Amino acid sequence: MVLSAIGTLAYLVQRFSGAESTGLSRDVSWGLFIANYTFFVGVAASAVMVVLPYYVHDYKEFGRIAVFGEFLAVAAIAIAGLFIFVDVGQPLRSFNLLLHPTPGSPLFWNTIILPVYMVLNVLIAWAALGAEDKSIPPPWWIKPLIYISIPWAISIHTVTAFVYAGLPGRAFWNTAILAPRFLVSAFASGPALLIVMCIMIKRLTRFDPGKKALGQLGVIVAYSMILNLFFMVLEFFSSFYSSIPSHTHSLKYLFFGLEGHRMLVPWIWTSVSLAVVGTVLLVVPGVRRNDTMLAAACILVFISLWIDKGFCLVVAGFIPSPFGTITEYSPSMFEVVITIGVWAMGFLILSILYKIAISIKEEVMD
Amino acid sequence: MHVNRRKFLKIAGASTIVGILGGWSAVEVLVPGELDSEHRQSPEALTAKRWAMVVDMKRMDAATARDCIEACHRVHNVPDIDDPRSEVKWIWLEPFDRAFPLQNHEHTADPLTEQPFLVFCNHCDNPPCVRVCPTKATWKRDDGIVMMDQHRCIGCRYCMAACPYGSRSYNWKDPRPFIKSRNTEYPTRSGGVVEKCNFCAERLAQGLMPACVEASKGALVFGDLADPASKVREILRSRYTIRRKLSLGTEPSVFYMV
Repeated sequence: MVLSAIGTLAYLVQRFSGAESTGLSRDVSWGLFIANYTFFVGVAASAVMVVLPYYVHDYKEFGRIAVFGEFLAVAAIAIAGLFIFVDVGQPLRSFNLLLHPTPGSPLFWNTIILPVYMVLNVLIAWAALGAEDKSIPPPWWIKPLIYISIPWAISIHTVTAFVYAGLPGRAFWNTAILAPRFLVSAFASGPALLIVMCIMIKRLTRFDPGKKALGQLGVIVAYSMILNLFFMVLEFFSSFYSSIPSHTHSLKYLFFGLEGHRMLVPWIWTSVSLAVVGTVLLVVPGVRRNDTMLAAACILVFISLWIDKGFCLVVAGFIPSPFGTITEYSPSMFEVVITIGVWAMGFLILSILYKIAISIKEEVMD
Repeated sequence: MHVNRRKFLKIAGASTIVGILGGWSAVEVLVPGELDSEHRQSPEALTAKRWAMVVDMKRMDAATARDCIEACHRVHNVPDIDDPRSEVKWIWLEPFDRAFPLQNHEHTADPLTEQPFLVFCNHCDNPPCVRVCPTKATWKRDDGIVMMDQHRCIGCRYCMAACPYGSRSYNWKDPRPFIKSRNTEYPTRSGGVVEKCNFCAERLAQGLMPACVEASKGALVFGDLADPASKVREILRSRYTIRRKLSLGTEPSVFYMV
């Protein structure tokens, strides 16, 4: 609560002092905010990793956590939307997105499909909780909404990838596997966060999400991480074996530094190391059975993916500039504080939603 | 507890709906309707099917290039911001290897490497910036000019990510204090919007050539690419010209005669 208040204050100060208080530039025109938006759309999409096994494959263990996955998606969409709001130069003109609909722009599609996805998840979780509360079966109209929400989840992150993948002259993003890469990293980061949340719920409340469910989620995170690393290797092969200069520049900058500029190098290697350690841990069945170890591995994975997608992926796409020059980017104090504020706002929403869900689940238990 | 939660949620839900309704009524008021103004073209306006520019590098010396930049930035109230991170520019100079990356090699002929190239918006036939703009704040006119409405722009900067030529500038701060001498004939911009060269659409409408062309002493040639008799077409027929980053398929309408 305090953090979100500070974040709001910082946003207002930035608003009135102009966006010059950001670390962004003519060359690197998107940074921390847009990267976080991208990352949290992924977290939102990952609810499908709980919804799909539970509702389509009737994997009963996920019944206890489905609502938590859906509420996580709701909060994540709120966070993603807020990041766009704090990023744009004229937020009060946001309605222009609807007044002048532009079906050719992925950003327009995102403004339509993200809120719809949020509503779908609210409705689905709501109906399930209401039914649980009254100990009756959920209403009939919820089934079609659940089935719609599954491809919808895939679509929100695919469209987010399209924001980047369709740009000429940004070879780093202009890759057909960007959408699959986004999806697998999302299917690791989202469930990892959900596992941590569930373990906290288990420690702090009387409700137990179930050991088997969390272990199974851990398997999903592990597989997604392996795919994510594999896709990264594919990017390296296409770029460096073909040796097309524009396809190697950003990767070189990100992983090894370019012309003496290496601001992101320590970050990306931290991310890679955490990813490897986290993945190896999650592959071990014993780790997945131990709550503390499982949570620790998931935190490593989450931080790793946040560094990768919530920061590096967006920034490196702008380096080098269309002129081949290098302008580096590091977020300003304002950007960092506002980012923490947005996260805090999201977690506030999440804790309200979780509080509701847990109180119903505890009531049902009694 | 049960009643409290219900009540809380009902109030929260109701206030959200009221908020949305309020927002919607604002939309109703703002939709285009009878209040739209009518637009009539002046009889002396310069028109074309497809505007294009040729930069004659033989005649474009450094002093002339500076005059072109000065003329453009004065006419369009482009702020003079010293910091390369937040500067705003419509037309400027870049060395050959930056304007034409990958067309350069280490033994490129001297005249190319010695002389900086004037760069500005290419007014592409297939503009990626127009494709990505989520509010149609940037669009392509029938005569090929890629326009920009700074009152509609929400400042998302997607067009800057999309433009492979780095032609677009964002107003990271209020530009007005940085305008050296204000031209009252052309609007200034607020902070938080994107801007770029507009091929002097406002001057063409008054029958005037673009400001840079006027200042270029013949080094810039502006004309109708669709008219086989135009000066632009005559040059393209008789001289070797290059365009920036052709492989991207954007089809620039700015040609460099080297």
